[in-house]
Amino acid sequence: MLSRAAEALYWMSRYAERAENVARFLDVSLQVTLDLPDAHGDPWAGVIAATGDEELFAARHGAATRDAVVRFLTIDAESPNSIFSCLRLARDNARSIQEAISSEMWEQVNKWYLLVRDAASSGSVLNDPHEFLAAVKEASHLFVGVTYLTMTHGEGWHFGRLGRVLERADQTSRIVDPKQSLVLARPADVVPSPDEVHLAALLRSVSALEMYRKRYGTIEHQKAIEFLVLDKHFPRSIRHCLDKGQESLRVIAGTPSDGAGTRPERLLGRLAAEYEFGVVEEILAGGLHEQLDGLQSKLNDVGMAIFETFFARRPDAQVVEAPVAVDAPVVEAPQ
Amino acid sequence: MDFASYEPGAFYDEMFDANGAPRPGCELLARTMAGLPEADLARRQRSAERALLHMGITFNVYGHEHGTEKILPFDLVPRVVPAKEWATIERGLIQRTRALNLFVDDMYHSRRIVADGVIPLELVLSATSLLPGCQGLDPPQGVWCHVTGTDLVRDADGLYYVLEDNLRCPSGVSYVLHNREVMKRTFPQVFQASRVRPVDGYPSELLRVLKGVRPTGVATPTVVVLTPGPYNSAYSEHSFLAQQMGVELVEARDLAVRDGFVWMRTTRGMARVDVIYRRIDDAFLDPDVFRPDSMLGVRGLMSVVRAGRVALANAPGTGIADDKVIYTYVPAIIRYYLGEDAILPNVPTFLCSEDKQRRHVLDNLDKLVVKAANESGGYGMLIGPQASSSERAAFAERIQKSPRNYIAQPLLGLSRVPTLVQDAIEGRHVDLRPYILHGGDDIFVLPGGLTRVALQKGSYVVNSSQGGGTKDTWVLAGDTSNGSGASIGSVREAPAC
Repeated sequence: MLSRAAEALYWMSRYAERAENVARFLDVSLQVTLDLPDAHGDPWAGVIAATGDEELFAARHGAATRDAVVRFLTIDAESPNSIFSCLRLARDNARSIQEAISSEMWEQVNKWYLLVRDAASSGSVLNDPHEFLAAVKEASHLFVGVTYLTMTHGEGWHFGRLGRVLERADQTSRIVDPKQSLVLARPADVVPSPDEVHLAALLRSVSALEMYRKRYGTIEHQKAIEFLVLDKHFPRSIRHCLDKGQESLRVIAGTPSDGAGTRPERLLGRLAAEYEFGVVEEILAGGLHEQLDGLQSKLNDVGMAIFETFFARRPDAQVVEAPVAVDAPVVEAPQ
Repeated sequence: MDFASYEPGAFYDEMFDANGAPRPGCELLARTMAGLPEADLARRQRSAERALLHMGITFNVYGHEHGTEKILPFDLVPRVVPAKEWATIERGLIQRTRALNLFVDDMYHSRRIVADGVIPLELVLSATSLLPGCQGLDPPQGVWCHVTGTDLVRDADGLYYVLEDNLRCPSGVSYVLHNREVMKRTFPQVFQASRVRPVDGYPSELLRVLKGVRPTGVATPTVVVLTPGPYNSAYSEHSFLAQQMGVELVEARDLAVRDGFVWMRTTRGMARVDVIYRRIDDAFLDPDVFRPDSMLGVRGLMSVVRAGRVALANAPGTGIADDKVIYTYVPAIIRYYLGEDAILPNVPTFLCSEDKQRRHVLDNLDKLVVKAANESGGYGMLIGPQASSSERAAFAERIQKSPRNYIAQPLLGLSRVPTLVQDAIEGRHVDLRPYILHGGDDIFVLPGGLTRVALQKGSYVVNSSQGGGTKDTWVLAGDTSNGSGASIGSVREAPAC
């Protein structure tokens, strides 16, 4: 397929996934801040700190009030990681490859964008953020479902899934990272370790509570980390995302099962192995934050390698491979 | 909805005759609409607009910042064309397209029609749309104008006239398909009973034409649609057509010319391209041959076209045939190449390049419509009766400065169709743009077309850039069993029924 189309599919999915994760993050923050003791200082400054956009936030909104933070993360067009900004980019990408996706996918991402755009102009988000965030999540699920059901699971679909799972692995790591997570970062003088109520809120924020209970029953800190980082089958766990990303890369590159493959495959393969064989006790002993920080930087490397291998427009002089049409039939040379 | 107070006015009304009775073919529609509560029609109208918004059927507004997309206003009341009327239109369009295609070919070869004294040489040479870079070009199957969108209007006498030939990548066909889809959702009952001919075969027909003009020696051609990109006003249409045909939508940056062929950059290297349905103006196609500052084109493309190794649809250079001065010669062109009289008449036109005619135009500016010879989209135009005296004076000056650039026509009392205005129904002026596909042997006319409507009261300007909207166009299948062949697979001579 066209390099440009592959890149747009990848980013469409990444931004759509990011929008859903911002909604999840904000939703759990809204719940947790309600429960925090007053003595704990300003919880909303902590939320902004977790997003890493403190400077921009301060410049645009000043003090970290609940309303300002909600606005910043949902409908603020100038905030690059607001739900609105993510969806505008997801839709712009979809629009540039409308012919490569199904009309159902386009219509869904378009409706999703319009939902957020209308909310942005009406300001209803601030009155009932929970309802808005639930609608965003639902629209995201619809989009993923429609994508699964209406698009051929070929090269383009795999580029889309690759973008989605890499984004999700990154986002899950941020929810679990004790330096970034509102739930897990609570200072020891407030409560010795995150209590059951907060862990349940954390698990719920990634729709993991029921699945966790089926696997472990009681809620414990270490097991919750194990589930979200190392579980093989839970769709938002880091390990699961890395596995699926690897699978998609193999299909895209057409690498045989015994081949080492392209550079992004080798980078992602090593990273996935780390989580496939990882042990939660070791990870916690070595520092969960350090582990996840390393993950985020390795995911960046994988992203760069994907760009260089599949998306970068090679100059005309360096056509490396024999002309092969992928989706188009191979043509015979004239005369 | 009450039609009792509807006023057809001193125009040809497409739905009601002068006595207020529904015209043949419109009875059921009129009856159904009359039976709807007023609020119901408005509700359906809103639901249609919402559907278009959700489908992302929008156009970009030039001169606005990124993100300014609008839906083209859509009016729920369809325009009905009875089978018999359509049969004539169809024959007329096939005839006209065939003749204009021969004319373009002649213009870039020996110019027989000039040698035989039918068209003055200086008119041809002074046309800005004549491209010297196309001289001697031989497009596959001899087809230059693969896609044509001819603008028809209907005067108060009820006759159809050709207002303009659009041979340079006319746009709007996606609205025809979308409008139909929305109408089916919004008005299923009427639709079913009215025996409306389907339009959804257009993408298949277009793909068939594009594959048919592939370079010789290519068994299974790779077809692409070339777009200027997402910021172009017709981008939605480009991507829609590519999607419906199942072909790649490419931008110039995806293409490169190497070793005498055109290639596109894919995730697995370069893939060859054989047929390009380009939605980029001639001038921007190839900076080596046309505008050197073009960022939208592909360097070297024309050399591949000349070598016959890639086909362009439409071929470059077709603009010579829709120059508005050449337009006045189309009846002669038809007679010259086909030996037939034109089935669809032209609007009577004055050439400002002729002294006598120019004097008449200048003396009667308050009664005439003046148009620039090489503009479209309703730009460069003066509607004399509706213009101020200073506007007319400015135009008079421009005409005297460059008479070759202007033509004038009487102001036609364009026909009207009932249109929903707030919660009431009023007549609004319309035109009709059918789409014609030329594949070499066959010429296909889509049974339908874009009905553009001037939504402002009394306005004659239907262009979307200037307050126009669209309506669904219902070409009826006719009432004999013979004429009910609603299939659009091929259009030979349509049965006149």
